[in-house]
Amino acid sequence: MVESPFNDISYNKFLTEEKLMGSRCTKCGTLFVPPRPICTKCYAADMEWVEMKGKGELITFTVISVGPPFMIQEGYDRKHPYCTGVVELEEGVRVVARIEGFDNTKPESIKVGSPLIVDFIHRDTGEKRKTYLAFKPLESAEKRG
Amino acid sequence: MKRERKLGKGVCVIGAGMPKFGMFNDRDSKDLFAEAFKGCIGSVDKGIDPKDIDAVYVGNATNDFFVHQAHWGPIIADVIGHVPKPITRTEGACASSSQAFREACFAIASGFYDVVLAGGVEEMSKLSTEEATEGLAIFSFPDELKHGFTFPSLYGTRAVSYSEKYGAKWEDLWDLTIKSHNNAALNPKAQFNASIRDIMNTRIERAKAKGQPVPEWRDEKEALGDPSFNPLIAWPMHLFDCCPMSDGASAVLLASEEIAREFTDNPLHVIGLGQGSGTSLSLSEDLCSLEGVVYAAKEAYGMSGLGPEDVDFCEVHDCFSIAEVIATEDLGFFKRGEGYKAQKEGITARDGSKPINTSGGLKCKGHPVGATGTAQIYEIWKQLRGEAGERQIPNPNIRIAGTHNVGGHGGTCTFTLFERR
Ligand SMILES: [Zn+2]
Repeated sequence: MVESPFNDISYNKFLTEEKLMGSRCTKCGTLFVPPRPICTKCYAADMEWVEMKGKGELITFTVISVGPPFMIQEGYDRKHPYCTGVVELEEGVRVVARIEGFDNTKPESIKVGSPLIVDFIHRDTGEKRKTYLAFKPLESAEKRG
Repeated sequence: MKRERKLGKGVCVIGAGMPKFGMFNDRDSKDLFAEAFKGCIGSVDKGIDPKDIDAVYVGNATNDFFVHQAHWGPIIADVIGHVPKPITRTEGACASSSQAFREACFAIASGFYDVVLAGGVEEMSKLSTEEATEGLAIFSFPDELKHGFTFPSLYGTRAVSYSEKYGAKWEDLWDLTIKSHNNAALNPKAQFNASIRDIMNTRIERAKAKGQPVPEWRDEKEALGDPSFNPLIAWPMHLFDCCPMSDGASAVLLASEEIAREFTDNPLHVIGLGQGSGTSLSLSEDLCSLEGVVYAAKEAYGMSGLGPEDVDFCEVHDCFSIAEVIATEDLGFFKRGEGYKAQKEGITARDGSKPINTSGGLKCKGHPVGATGTAQIYEIWKQLRGEAGERQIPNPNIRIAGTHNVGGHGGTCTFTLFERR
């Protein structure tokens, strides 16, 4: 883990292992998710890996009914729209992610500020395996849990 | 920004041209740009020999993706007979030709060239809507693209944030959409050369002709609220909140202030230039503002010695209805959280005190992304010279105008100020 470069490739690799990882500047402590090679606050280039706990709240979102081909292949269309958004993690940083577990046919019912918990959506296998970062409502996760 | 910006030498616009924007299966980037070029050369009051053009800057966002052809500089140079003189392609997503315009200004202001052409071109309609949606989504940040964000959705999230912060609902944007279409209905070069009412009437006639149930909308707002007329694209952005896929080109001709009057007695002086950058959604501190626009505006206002109150009218980057609201606040025309009320009060209408997007804007005029920046300047050129025909701003005293162009969802932002003297 220590050897991985602080970039999107490593970030996506950790996601396939169900780990949400960021980089922290060892000089000023600023946290970046996805990780960055250089601290854009103090310009130090000494980073360390940190794992996020995976809890956060919904900052903003959208529900998409006309998606790009790779989302259409997943079965999303005008009748089955998907939700994406910005989530603020407990650690104080924000990430973009797919948002699961809401009724996407009623976007007005989705509430900004909803508490969320991390989820990982895996697609394909082997070399093509890809994992999307997702979040779902904390409540429903606890009820099921 | 440590000091106010200035050009080493004054720069003027001496000509402008553009073909009608639209989706054309029988036209391509080369002939669209050739038409823009022809119109531009023909608009020079005292004439110009194309041989006198020292250099060309052409904006193109991603024809590489849309028509699978790269290296557009020489292709454009070839079609306008500019070879072997230099041409440079600029890429700043939807702000590509505003960047071309800036580079042209700098090239003249440095004293290197006297006469420079700046323009842009994009050919988006040859792909399916889904493929072209991806072609636009690649202007976002990598993590956004991966998670399925599309262009309407990036502005959709900003609209949700705006609604949370200031209480404006989607319905509050309808006056703005109606206004854009009213302006475009008077613009023969607009892709949607029709008001919302015209489009409603077309649908009603079509339903009658086909013997289908005839829609019973009492007014434009009732139609906009009907999902069969105005379906959801990316919450809360619906079809009429969004710009279309377009093919188009535009070109403007620039000359140093010293020689501009050899070409026309009515040049437009470039009095303010600003450009800024922006980051991803997750790193934007305020989702109801584009920080690059705020920076660009500060730079352009600083250079001109003017403020937002001095701008008589403006073409802003309304790729989506919410984008016009955010733009007018970022440029300082309206207070934060008040921009969405401006059209309700008629302020941004053609006969209002601050006309915005008299061309119809990107939403109705069309948005062939790389061509948009210099097409905005074309509108300013027509209006400031009193040549805008039916859509001419009725106030005869207009003198200062701005163009605001955004690449991506704020990644590249430009603001330019022009004066008729
Ligand atoms: Zn640091």
